[in-house]
Parts: sequence; C-alpha cells; structure tokens
Amino acid sequence: MTAAAGAPTRPEPPFVTRVVTTSRVRHYVSRVLAVIGLALVVVLFGLPLAWLVTAPFDSTPSLAVQWPDWTLSNFSAIAENRYALGSFANSAIIGIGTCVVVIVLGALAAYALSRVRIPGRDGLLYALLLLSSIVTGTAAMVPTFQLVNSLGLIDTHLAVVLVVSGGTLPTVIFILKDFMDSIPKSYEESARLYGAKPWQILRDVVVPIARPGLAFVAVWTLVQVWGNFLVPYLLLRTTAKQPAAVLMYTFYTESGQADLRLLSAFSLVFSIPIIAMYFLVNRRYGFRFHGGIKN
Amino acid sequence: MIGARRRVAVAFASLAAVSLAAACSGGGGGGGEETSGEGSDGPVTLTITANAISGGKNAAEADWIRDWVIPEFEAAMEAEGRDVTVEFLEEGVDDEDYKTKIALDLQSGEGADIIGIDGIWVGEFAEAGYIQPLSDVGGSAVDEWEGWDQMSESVQNAMSFEGDRYGVPQGADGRVLYYNKDLFAEAGLPEDWSPTSWDEVLDAARSLAEIDGVVPIQLNAGTAMGEATTMQGLLPLLAGTGTEVYSDGMWNGDTQGLRDVLTAYRTIYVDEGLGDPILQQEAAGRDNSFAQFAAGEIGILLEGDYFWRSVINPEEGVGTAPMENRDDVVGYTLIPAQEPGAGVEGRDFVSMGGGTGRVLNPNSENAELSWELLAFMNSAEAFQARVEGTVSITPRDDVNAEVLASDPMLTFVSENVLPINSYRPGLAAYPQVSVALQEATAAVVSGTSPEDAAAAYEEALIGIVGEENVASE
Amino acid sequence: MSSAAAPATGSTPPRRGQRRRRSAEDVAGLGRTGAGVFVAPALALIGLFLVFPAIWTIYLGMTDYRLTGFAAVDPEFVGLDNYARILGDPTFWRSLRLTLVFVLVSGIIGQSLLGFAVAWALRRITGWAKTLIETLVLAAWVVPASVASFLWIALLDRREGTLNEILGTTGMAWLIEYPMASIIVFNIWVGTAFSMLLFSSALAAVPPSQLESARMAGATGWQQLRDVVIPNIRGHILTNTLLITLWTFNTFTPYLVTAGGPNGESEIIAVYIYNTAIPGGQLGVGAAISLIMLLINLVVALGYLRVGRARGARPAEASAAEASAAEAGPTEKAP
Repeated sequence: MTAAAGAPTRPEPPFVTRVVTTSRVRHYVSRVLAVIGLALVVVLFGLPLAWLVTAPFDSTPSLAVQWPDWTLSNFSAIAENRYALGSFANSAIIGIGTCVVVIVLGALAAYALSRVRIPGRDGLLYALLLLSSIVTGTAAMVPTFQLVNSLGLIDTHLAVVLVVSGGTLPTVIFILKDFMDSIPKSYEESARLYGAKPWQILRDVVVPIARPGLAFVAVWTLVQVWGNFLVPYLLLRTTAKQPAAVLMYTFYTESGQADLRLLSAFSLVFSIPIIAMYFLVNRRYGFRFHGGIKN
Repeated sequence: MIGARRRVAVAFASLAAVSLAAACSGGGGGGGEETSGEGSDGPVTLTITANAISGGKNAAEADWIRDWVIPEFEAAMEAEGRDVTVEFLEEGVDDEDYKTKIALDLQSGEGADIIGIDGIWVGEFAEAGYIQPLSDVGGSAVDEWEGWDQMSESVQNAMSFEGDRYGVPQGADGRVLYYNKDLFAEAGLPEDWSPTSWDEVLDAARSLAEIDGVVPIQLNAGTAMGEATTMQGLLPLLAGTGTEVYSDGMWNGDTQGLRDVLTAYRTIYVDEGLGDPILQQEAAGRDNSFAQFAAGEIGILLEGDYFWRSVINPEEGVGTAPMENRDDVVGYTLIPAQEPGAGVEGRDFVSMGGGTGRVLNPNSENAELSWELLAFMNSAEAFQARVEGTVSITPRDDVNAEVLASDPMLTFVSENVLPINSYRPGLAAYPQVSVALQEATAAVVSGTSPEDAAAAYEEALIGIVGEENVASE
Repeated sequence: MSSAAAPATGSTPPRRGQRRRRSAEDVAGLGRTGAGVFVAPALALIGLFLVFPAIWTIYLGMTDYRLTGFAAVDPEFVGLDNYARILGDPTFWRSLRLTLVFVLVSGIIGQSLLGFAVAWALRRITGWAKTLIETLVLAAWVVPASVASFLWIALLDRREGTLNEILGTTGMAWLIEYPMASIIVFNIWVGTAFSMLLFSSALAAVPPSQLESARMAGATGWQQLRDVVIPNIRGHILTNTLLITLWTFNTFTPYLVTAGGPNGESEIIAVYIYNTAIPGGQLGVGAAISLIMLLINLVVALGYLRVGRARGARPAEASAAEASAAEAGPTEKAP
C-alpha cells in the first residue's frame, strides 16, 4: 500500500461545508467498498475450503464441490487403514514434542536476549534466521540424515522433534524476543525488589504476560511440523511410526491417482486438530503477535 | 531391520541385557556389532522393504508380502527348526523420495535385508557400491537357484548391470499401442489393426480426427509425466528409428533418429493437432489420459500392459478407470518401427521394458538366509499366490504358462512383446538425461522446431555427462 | 500530527525518542552468566541441528557429490565449479526471476497488503462477520500444506474444478495456462493470516488519542492511515516484510500444486533446488544453489534493516512519503 508519495502534510484549507458532504458520501462509498472487499475475501478464502467440508461426507467424492449424499463410510475407511489412526498419534507426539522443546528453549533464550545486551546478538539472530532457510531445504537432507544416524537416533520421534526444532527455533526466538521487548520492565523491577530470582520472574511475571505471544508461536510451530513430509519420512523407518503427513502421500495408486474417499476424509481429520488447537489457544490466551524491529 | 540399533532393539527384547552404548555406535559400513546369543541357530529377524503399502500404493504387493510371504516363510523355517521372524517396512510414497531414503540407508550401512528397487536404479546403486552382485552377497546358492532357468535373458537384464545379476526381477512388462475398436469402426478403420510404420499410425489418427470430441492419438510428452514420457513416448519411438540413447559407451545427442522422433511429436501436437497438448502438461495428465481412453475419448494410446491389467481392468476394485467392455472394445497391437526393419537391431516392431525387482543388502548380517527368503519370494508357488487377485506377467516362464492362459492380452505381451524389448541404460546420469529428453518433447509440443529441440538436448547432455561422453551425427 | 504518543502504560519508555536509554538494561538481574545459562540450551540445539548441517551443506556445495553413482562413493572437491555452472545456467536465472516475482507479488504485495487491509477493515467490526472472516483466513493458514495444495488442485482442476464451474470457463487448465498466477494466489491464500494477525496486533497498539485528534481535525481514513497509523507501526511493517520475504523466498509448498511445471514455468528457487538435488541427483549443485539463495536472502535482509535503521534514527516527525518508502524502498533494492 504505497501511499501516493505526495507533498509532505499540509494543513487542509477549510472548505468546511464541502468537507462535510464529501466526507459523508465518501464515508458511505468506503463502507460499501469495504463490504464488497470483505465479501471477496470470504469467497477467496472460503472457496477452496469448501471441498474439505463436502467431499469427506460424499460416498462418491470427485474434485468438484457438490452437495454430498451424506455418508460416514469414508471415515470408517480410515479406521480400516492399517496405519491411519496410528499416524495421527505420531503426528501428535511429534507436534507436541516440537512445541514443548521450541517454546521452553525459545522462551528462555528470547528472554535472556531481550533483557541482557549480549554483544552481536542481533547479528547472531539474523544469521541463524538465514541459516534456517538452508537447513529446511532439500540439499541439507544428507548431512541431517548422517548426523542423526551417527547420533543413533534414526527411527525415533525424538530425531524428528530435534531436527524440526533446530530449524524453527531461530524464527521462534526472533518472534518471542520482539514480544518480550515490549513487556514493561517495571513489573520485573518490582518483582526483583521482593527478591525473586530470574527464573521465577520469567515464570511468574513474564510468561503470563507473554502468553498470547507464546500461543502464537505454539500454533505457528505446529503448523510447520504438522505438514512436514521429508524430515519424518527420511528419519523414520518403521511405517507404524510415520506421522499423518507422510501417510497421506501413500493414498495414491502406482500411477499417482488419488483415492479421493480416503484422502478427503483423512484430510479433514488431519486438519481438525490443528484448527481446534488454534481456537482453544485463542480462547484461553488470546492470540497476539507483537512484532516490531527496534533499533 | 539389520541396522545396528534396530537389531539391538530386537535382541534387547529377547535378551534384555544390552548396553545403550553399543546401540549408539552408528553404522559405518558393515552393519553393527553382533549381539551375543544371536548365532545362526538363534532367533533371527529379517526385514523387507518395498515402495508398497497396504491400502495405498502397490497395495497388492504389500498385502501379498504381509499375508503370504511372511507367514509361509516363517512356517517353512520353523519346520526346519529355525526361529526366523520377518518384518516388512512399508513405504508407498513417490518413487524419488523412496529412492532417496534407501540410498541414504545403504550409504550409512543400514537398510533392510531385502530391498525393492526399480531396475533403472541398479547401475547407479552398483556404481556407488550400495549393492553388490547377488552371488557375492548371497553365496553359492544364488547361482544354483532353479529360478534362473525360468527367466529369459531379457527379463533378467532388467536387474543386471555390466553382466552381473544384482537382483531378482519381480515382473516383466512391455509396451503396445492400445486402440478403441468402436472409434475405429466409426472412422472406417479395421477392427483388427496392425500398423507396420509410423505413417500408418498417423493415417489412422487422421481418420479418427474426423470424429467430433475425440483425441485421435495421445503420446506421452512433456516433463509433468516424468518417466512416463520417456518410457511410453520418446524411447519407443527412438527405438523405432534404430537409435538408442546410450550405445557403445557413448550418449547419443543430436541424431537423425532423435530429430525424426521429435518431428513425429510436432506432427501430432502442433502441425495436425492429432493429440491434446494441454493434457501432457497436467500434473495428473497420465491419469486423465487413462480416464479419457476409458470414456472412449481417445483413439490410440501408447501404454504398458499395466494399463490393461490394472487401470482399465473391469474387475471390482482393481482399476482406477475400469472399462466394463474392455475385452470387446480395446484392441492392442505392436508398436511399429518407423519403417519395417528400421528399428533397433533391424526390428520391424519395438517396445521398451522396465520392471522392478529386489536386491540383497550387502550390509545384511544374515545374507545367506536373506537369499533364501528372496528365492522363496520368487518361487513358482510365491508367484502363483501373488497373481491370484489380478493376473500379471511374472518373470517366470513356468508360472506364465499357467496363469496367463486366461488372458490373451498378457499372453500376447509375454510371447510377442517381451522378446523385442529394449532397455534403458542403468547409469547414474540417466535420470537427468531422461529429464532432458522430456524437455525436448515439451519444447516441440510448445512450438520449438525439432532441430532446435534436438540441438538443445545435445547441449543439455554435454552439461550432464561431459562432452567426451557424447556422440553426435 | 502529534509526536510521541502518550504511552498506554505509563511505564513504557518512548519507543522512538532520541533520548533512548539503553534499551536492554538488566532489569531481571540475569547478568551475563545467567543470560548465558538461559540461552545455552537453545544455542546447543541450534548449533547441532542447524548450524552444523548448514555448514556441511555449504561444504557439499563445493563438491560434485551425488547420492548415487561413482560420485557418491568418492565425491571430488570442485571448488567453485558448481557456482560457475549455476550462474551460467539459464534455468537458474529463470528460476531466480520467477522467485523475485513470486516474493514481490505474493509475499510483499499480496500477503502483506491483504493482511493489512483485512486487519484494518476488521478493527471496527465485531460479531459473526469478524469471526467468519478471521476463521477462514486462519483456517487457510493452519491447514497442513499437503491438504492445502490438494484443495487448490481440486479447485483449479480442468474438468471438475469448482472455479471453472463458477466462472463457466469449462476446460480451462488454470495450472497450465497461468501457473505463476496460480501459485501466487495459492501462496497469498496460505500466508495472509500471519500478516493479518501481526497487523491487527499492531493496530490495536496505535494510541486511540492520536487517531481521535486526527479525526477531529477532519482527516479522512486515508490521511489517518498515512499520518498516524503507519508511523506508529513502522517496526511491525519492517518485521512483517522481513519474515514474509524470507519465508516466501524459501517456500517449497507450491511444488505440491504445480511441481514447478509446466516446463519449469513455475519453478521457483526452492523447487529448482529440489529438482536438482533429488530427481536430478546432483546434491552438490543443489547445496550450492542453497548457498546462493542464502546470500540473496542476506542482501535483502540487510537492505530492510538498513531502511529500518536509517528511519529509526530520525526524529519522530517522519513524513508520510518516507513512511511509504519503508515498504517501497526495499522492494526496489531487492533485485
């Protein structure tokens, strides 16, 4: 939204009456435009999601969004699949594990970086942020695999948690640090007067205030992990340990044709927990993201 | 799983006394350490992996391994007084991802004892030292196996490299021209069609073009179809010009044969509009071509026997595009060379053979026993169980003679197509070369001249394999 | 306009005063050592699972390493050959050009602007309409990538796609005819939620008193935005633009929609790396491209930060023209 880079602000000449009428018309027009705009937003965002709501309940789903002839048989097809239910559990383990690691380590680090001037801290943070783009790419798969292998962690959920955490921590610290920078320091000062230790201050003062930020980071991390295919696929050997994101890619025939009944129902079940988590977190803690790079 | 940790984990369960330190020694290139109490007569665990999964990709194979191979083999071992457990690691993902994973496994001295791979990977895996000739791994029993006598040379070649057998093929396939007899009748073409040159095929397509709403001929092109473009499009045509991609230790670049093939593509897609160029670019283009053929909207389609036995198979729950009247409506005929006798080795008709198979992992702790399992999986009895649900061509002549009798089409492929199969070069550079070939077809379909596309292919080839390895005319 | 807003909480130091006290005085009593203890676990994890593989990858970029074939057994050190090859490859330049368009249109313009517009429009709406819009935008963001991509493939399908149904454009193969437009819209759909959340937080923090006085002075919505809101949320705009740029640059998800096709027309750089490294097998070259990508990201990030710094150092009376330059500036510098 580049403003018309016009002249610097000048006081408006007082054509009072005209200002009033034009502003009223303008106000009305802008209202109508806003409604139209928001309606378009609803269509843009809602349209692709419609298939996710109709197809799973259709006995013969196609790629088209159509009024389903209601059935729940597609969901029983999931239950019949040998690995489907277990894969959701695996996704949950990996997702929650990563969230816990990232939030605990991220909050500790972000708080320290926010409150203590460590030389070169911003540079370090940006460097890590950039490096994370390499490591989440495909070229780093071989080093990552070899590393996990030599640590003896192949075929463990822990390996997936650690690798994904390593890739997402820089961003998490970046976001949380911004959030903590905005927390008034007077609270901590008064807590210190009462003799609280730093970790107590973090636990009892900072974390409660930072909850919306932590909630945001938790959901963001979960979104990153939930759909990740390559990392769990390469690091896990046992089929029964694979998360849902990997299993989803097996619902295709040799020629790559999707089993729409299974896929649609699976997609819905696969998406619900993460949408539910967002609502839960939003209701309980609010969902705020505070971010402004300071100088 | 023979990976150190995994085996330890199994032993851990049975012995419950293994230090974690031992478990953490990473595989370096020979599996891990032997755990006490696991001699040749103690409990042994073997693992199989394949790009197949129950309820998904290649489900029939996965179900067969799980429900037939494993219980039968374990029972057979038990009868000999041996305590053997077999585990199956199912995958069922995109072939490229599967390949990456098993390459990483083999590279780090891990992986299952028996690994399913595509025949085209044999060369590059062998060059990398990931796999070794079967007889080096499985011992003398390999060469004495009865199964080799039942497999023709050309079938065995699919899993061989530089004259050594690296794996046992699990099937054999060939490619033919499918055509819709109803549309042929409508266009005044013979129902019993057997073209002997490209021109005859194109003439038939021109006749079909008279019918509204029908794509006369669909020949795989473009990069979206991946290997399907090379195997079911460019390579069979190239073989029909007597040219190979790789011959006498050199990669062939801008040859007359390639230019002829690309000209044929241009004729079909650009000059005469006999094919649907957009279909070639869709991510699901191949599937859509299946569906359109099944719906009677495509006249001629070059495909493998897989199309017949799996895709349009009218049996319940087999095909993705079942055709109730398949046996009456779908005709099939050999792919002609450009002119009679112009094909590779002076052939009149050509085909490409692919195929997958299974190899032994050189890191295996129980290599000889693994060979026993692999031989068991390729016994006549095993193949009979394998094809029980849906008939397909097995690599074994004895089984084929028995099971294919019920299917004239597969008999036709087995008897007439397999002997004229050509094979792709199983070298590490091939996947990239294949992409360059696909790009050449894509360029022609989108309007580039065949000469320019062939020249660009040669340039790409030089970039991939180096100038010293490229021959051109 | 008034400068230096009355802070909402009496304790916050003014964020952009010349008399900034040392921003990070040690109120928590952590001390260097304590801070070190707090940072150590995260740094250890990052060091082992991020920095170490990343450096290894950079080394791989200087070899002819492959996953199979002879080069897998015994990769040769080729120094900068890979880079010479990449920079001489027109495919790379096409990919880079597509990526820049993709980042600019779908990230900086699309996600940021749409996110801001939605946040701005929703700030005074309550009730079901607000819930509906927020939910839809957020649902698009949290739906796993594999599902999201499939939803779009279904929507844009040539034969049964809902879009053709609605527009009456039967047989239109959107993903073939307009591959870049498709993945750009797809990426806007996936990522707008982040900007929306960030900007709604930012807008909530704009001091109401300032807006009130601007309204009293008869400023239109546009003028309020220009003179009050944007100067107040410059930091947020910078953060958002930086993160969105990095993420959009590195996103691989569009591969699931078009696979880089047709014929490479939507092969953005992350897809180009994948196609080089996995199907093409050239891991060394893939690693080298990754490093080039990192360097481009570095330049872009430094550009943003410079803009941010330069502006932050100024007195608070920044003019609207400069406020807008905060967004336009870096995008002009990026290429």
